[in-house]
Amino acid sequence: MAIWLNDASRILVQGITGSEGTKHTRRMVAAGSRIVAGVTPGKAGAEVDGIPVFGSVADAVEETGANVSVVFVPPRFAKAAVIEAIDARVPLCVVITEGIPVHDTTAFWSDACSAGNTTRIIGPNCPGIASPGQSNAGIIPADITKPGRIGLVSKSGTLTYQMMYELRDVGFSTCVGIGGDPVIGTTHIDCLEAFEADPDTEAIVMIGEIGGDAEERAADYIREHVTKPVVGYIAGFTAPVGKTMGHAGAIISGSAGTAEAKKQALEAAGVRVGKTPTETAKLMAELMGSG
Amino acid sequence: MDLFEYQAKELFASYGVPVPTGRVATTPEEARAIAAELGGRVVVKAQVKVGGRGKAGGVKVADDPDDAQAKASDILGMDIKGHTVHRVLVEQASDIAEEYYFSFLLDRAGRSYLAMCSREGGMEIEEVAATKPEALARVAVDPGGVDVARAGEIAAKGGLPEQALDGAADLIATLWKAFDGSDATLVEVNPLILTGDGTVIALDGKVTLDDNAEFRHPDWTAYADVGATDPLEQRAKAADLNYVKLDGEVGIIGNGAGLVMSTLDVVAYAGERYGGVGAANFLDIGGGASADVMAAALEIVLSDPAVRSVFVNVFGGITACDEVAMGIVSALALLAERGEKVDRPLVVRLDGNNAEEGRRILDNYAQTVPDSVRRVDTMDGAADLAAHLASKGA
Repeated sequence: MAIWLNDASRILVQGITGSEGTKHTRRMVAAGSRIVAGVTPGKAGAEVDGIPVFGSVADAVEETGANVSVVFVPPRFAKAAVIEAIDARVPLCVVITEGIPVHDTTAFWSDACSAGNTTRIIGPNCPGIASPGQSNAGIIPADITKPGRIGLVSKSGTLTYQMMYELRDVGFSTCVGIGGDPVIGTTHIDCLEAFEADPDTEAIVMIGEIGGDAEERAADYIREHVTKPVVGYIAGFTAPVGKTMGHAGAIISGSAGTAEAKKQALEAAGVRVGKTPTETAKLMAELMGSG
Repeated sequence: MDLFEYQAKELFASYGVPVPTGRVATTPEEARAIAAELGGRVVVKAQVKVGGRGKAGGVKVADDPDDAQAKASDILGMDIKGHTVHRVLVEQASDIAEEYYFSFLLDRAGRSYLAMCSREGGMEIEEVAATKPEALARVAVDPGGVDVARAGEIAAKGGLPEQALDGAADLIATLWKAFDGSDATLVEVNPLILTGDGTVIALDGKVTLDDNAEFRHPDWTAYADVGATDPLEQRAKAADLNYVKLDGEVGIIGNGAGLVMSTLDVVAYAGERYGGVGAANFLDIGGGASADVMAAALEIVLSDPAVRSVFVNVFGGITACDEVAMGIVSALALLAERGEKVDRPLVVRLDGNNAEEGRRILDNYAQTVPDSVRRVDTMDGAADLAAHLASKGA
């Protein structure tokens, strides 16, 4: 089962002829993903490792039946690329690009809403989504874990990989990196809702970090709607106020967005929160009966 | 990136948002000249990127040019909450009848924007929100923005009186253009004032710009606040590294923002056992970890005299551990070639793809160059050793 991405997913890569696009297309293919098309405006008719390149998302969808798009397009062209995917009604659009102006993200989000939310957007500034053993859409290293019954949602790429690796013997249904930008398409709550409904997911790891109040809102959601066990981790307890810590969204503004507030909210909702990534993985391993 | 008030007002004025006439001065003499040119009473305002400057004595009214020079002399060089005043804004004193509040800001949860408007201006908006929540209107704004009619509705929701509504509507609609056109995540006017003769103007201005949009605003280079930026942060930025100076003793290098934030925390927890040492910096070298990037990162971290040990924490995912280990070894060789001594202990934790091969490479190097690299295989264990070494000042 898994959520949103499985072995039937047909992936197209926007920006496939760029260096990042080509490199990660090869990695996705090696991981067993079905990459059916690439899109680069003006390069219709080209091929990358035998994968046909189209000039537009609409053409690629029509010719290949692609139903997932992964976007590697540089920041200044990313808005147009995502809007193309929305207009072509691609059900899932994974935006890997880092550094997209937030006014562009709000613009394509608004477009996605006007289009009736027929396109789920993951990211931007995210590592993507992987359902181990089935498919991998993005840059998550495929070979660090195995299929299993944990669902994972995280703002951070490397913490996602760290957790997938620490729990490699237990395994994952789907891992979603939702991205570190202040405005993102798919939230912790969207993932929690999907994991709760997914019969192949038994328990959930949720990784958050300083900035905004997405984790607090997720905690409220867990209290009301999630029956599966959730283990949490929050990064940034020692981050200073008012400094952006790598991710554009990771900033404590005044007294808002602190790690402590997020941890307390999660614990109040019954989530066990680990002090370090390793401790968090241990909590989950115990829960799954393999600690 | 936050702007100074004078920069915010210049930005407002360039879009046609009404602001008092004035200019920025860096010396008392300049302040005098500006006051003479403006004529009449002026206000001399400290330019610092921190709130509460009025209470700190950083805003003063001057009756004439001599007085303006004296007031500027008092304010320049003043320390306001750790910020030294290097500039003052000298502007015409306004005839304030009433003070209001207005802002546009990014709404992360709504994935759009908010307009906030209140008839209670001049004080911290958090205070208004806490004490008189009914006096603060929060209105969702989509990327289409607000026109004059919509702006008037927002002003009315904020409780602005009849006589201020037209002026406020014009100002707010123009302010939206400034917010949208300049890729801002915040424009705040506090206070927005109604003058004795019935006009509405922005008496103060606070602007935060989205760093991600810098590529389409070449003029932003003028906003670089060189004097106030940490010199190491400047060097790191020039090298395209994501570095934030902190006040601990353990230099940190890692890949991925989340993992590095987590590393700072884990080092602080370990540091509790060694007299409270903590991280000296945040440094994210990104997904890859080539020798060049690693060398640049080590150079920057080691140029911080506060650093007493260095913790390199890398998860080998996209770039496997053997490549990362080669990167570290080559970086050390590169630094040695340049004659730069790695004179503080280096603790490395590598995990992930090809971890064993990566560790073997590090061990071989450590055998050739004794004490060059100390390898610990868990993040918690490595943090403990790095904190311990930093506490010894080895």
